[in-house]
Amino acid sequence: MLSTWRKLTPQERRDAKTGYLALSPWMVGFVVFYAFPIIATIYFSFNEWTLAEPPTWIGLDNYVRMFTRDPLFVSSLRATTLFVIISLPTKLVLGLMLALLLNLKIPGMNAFRTIFFIPAVISGVAVSLMWIWFLNPDTGVVNTLLSYFGIRGPLWFWDLHWALPSVAIMSIWKVGGAAIIYLAGLQNIPAHLYEAAEIDGASKWSRFWRITLPLLTPTLFFQLIIELIDAFKIFTEAYVITHGGPLKATYFFLYYFYEEAFRNANMGYASALALFLLVVILSATVFVVRTSKGWVYYEN
Amino acid sequence: MRIDPARLSASEQLRRSARQRRARKLVGHAIIYAVMIALACVFMLPIFWMASTSLKLPRELMAWPPEWIPSNPQWGNYAEAFGKYPLARYMLNSAFLVAANIVGALLSVPVIAYGFARFNFPFKNVLFILMLSMMMVPGHIKLIPLYVLYLRLGLIDTYWPLILPAYFGSPFFIFLMTQFMRTIPRELDDAARIDGAGPWGILYRIIIPLCRPALTVVVVFTFLWTWNDFLEPIIFLRDYDSFPISVGLAFFQGRYSIEWHLFMGATLVSIIPILVVYFFAQRHLIGGLAAIGIKG
Repeated sequence: MLSTWRKLTPQERRDAKTGYLALSPWMVGFVVFYAFPIIATIYFSFNEWTLAEPPTWIGLDNYVRMFTRDPLFVSSLRATTLFVIISLPTKLVLGLMLALLLNLKIPGMNAFRTIFFIPAVISGVAVSLMWIWFLNPDTGVVNTLLSYFGIRGPLWFWDLHWALPSVAIMSIWKVGGAAIIYLAGLQNIPAHLYEAAEIDGASKWSRFWRITLPLLTPTLFFQLIIELIDAFKIFTEAYVITHGGPLKATYFFLYYFYEEAFRNANMGYASALALFLLVVILSATVFVVRTSKGWVYYEN
Repeated sequence: MRIDPARLSASEQLRRSARQRRARKLVGHAIIYAVMIALACVFMLPIFWMASTSLKLPRELMAWPPEWIPSNPQWGNYAEAFGKYPLARYMLNSAFLVAANIVGALLSVPVIAYGFARFNFPFKNVLFILMLSMMMVPGHIKLIPLYVLYLRLGLIDTYWPLILPAYFGSPFFIFLMTQFMRTIPRELDDAARIDGAGPWGILYRIIIPLCRPALTVVVVFTFLWTWNDFLEPIIFLRDYDSFPISVGLAFFQGRYSIEWHLFMGATLVSIIPILVVYFFAQRHLIGGLAAIGIKG
């Protein structure tokens, strides 16, 4: 490190000092808000700790308990995975379809863009409260509309089988957020490619599959990773609407973590849970990145 | 009536096909508008229902069939909601948190990005990659140690845990700002340097004024995220009076017997600041998201 420093000219050293000075807030922040908490969580996960007494080292016990005799771990992992499997692909596909619509060149499209993006900017709490009332089994809009067709709507959030799909539907309602990012990707595709394809007599269908989709794969890839991380972190809806119920049907992983840590003060075990979720999210991300070489198209 | 195309003059044929094309375009537009309007109605239904409910009388809530638009709108419901719930208090708390976070971001982010964008120093790339990788770390992993730290420092139930991190730069904003600063020509720095400006003079007099679009993105996102934040406030705050609006709303549910007409009014009021910021800044918001989507 010192030898690199000695090789610098005085001007370069001055520059380097200014650079480090400019970065110093981030470096302090990195240590306090990132490095320390991450390392501490790893350490705590090998301890039994309820805050009342100092932590006691118990080795891998937390992990053994997690993987062998914790039904809540299993059910929360199942609920979260199910939620990801339902909401993620639906959101990606519907988001793309919505973006294709919003990309049509007709007057007034900006107003529609504004409207579809609204659900994505309002808070999870407000959305949750709105949807409790919207999906109310007796007086909610959806069941009222269904009743016009003589259909008895389900109990939605209050039904064992419908609770999780209801939360997924609510999250799909925010599809405008994905659509806006796709839209930016679509508008980045050079128009001359379409013109050339049109001259060659390519149909709209083949233009979509041969030009739009391949050139949109970097955006799709980015969106997939963002939505993937986001979906695993689902929390607010469980907290506000269902409290994890009915019968743990929506007991999502982060909600379990929250209850272990901040309601039951099992800091050691909760740290192990937090770390497990991190590993799941990172492995899913790495998996997507690995496969991306096969399907993401880069011009250069 | 059938017209033999061969009988028509060339110019007449052209005119006809132009007219047909225009007619087809018009029909196409009409179909698109119909689809878009139908979709928009479906999407706005939950929000419409919230607004409609907020103007009803209590006995109308359970009416069958429901009234879509209240014939006798009860605007007084809003006054009642403000009187019954500490709504104004919670919104002010949120506004304070938003302001403090925006100041923090504006003080820290440009300086840090300036370091990455304009100076060379050993380990710069390592530090940059380290910073980027922190964007991928989900926030929940840090909560327990930070909670314990704040507990030891006596900062639980104060606003510090919700404000401090902003003053040390968020990786996402630093990345955005660095990318933006790199597009500003270095010749401007050089010209200012010849005029005798130091590195900080260049930052504050030349670069920051040119970074306004990126700074707007930082301000808008900080506003949205702070206003909507839920997980951190419920962990770090305990006193009911100190809650931001997101937590306050969630707790109305548990504390009061739910009067949905007032409650939906309160929820609607709580999203108005977000909607206002969104309408005025949507160009920047979308531009910011797009920039990340394409470069990320």
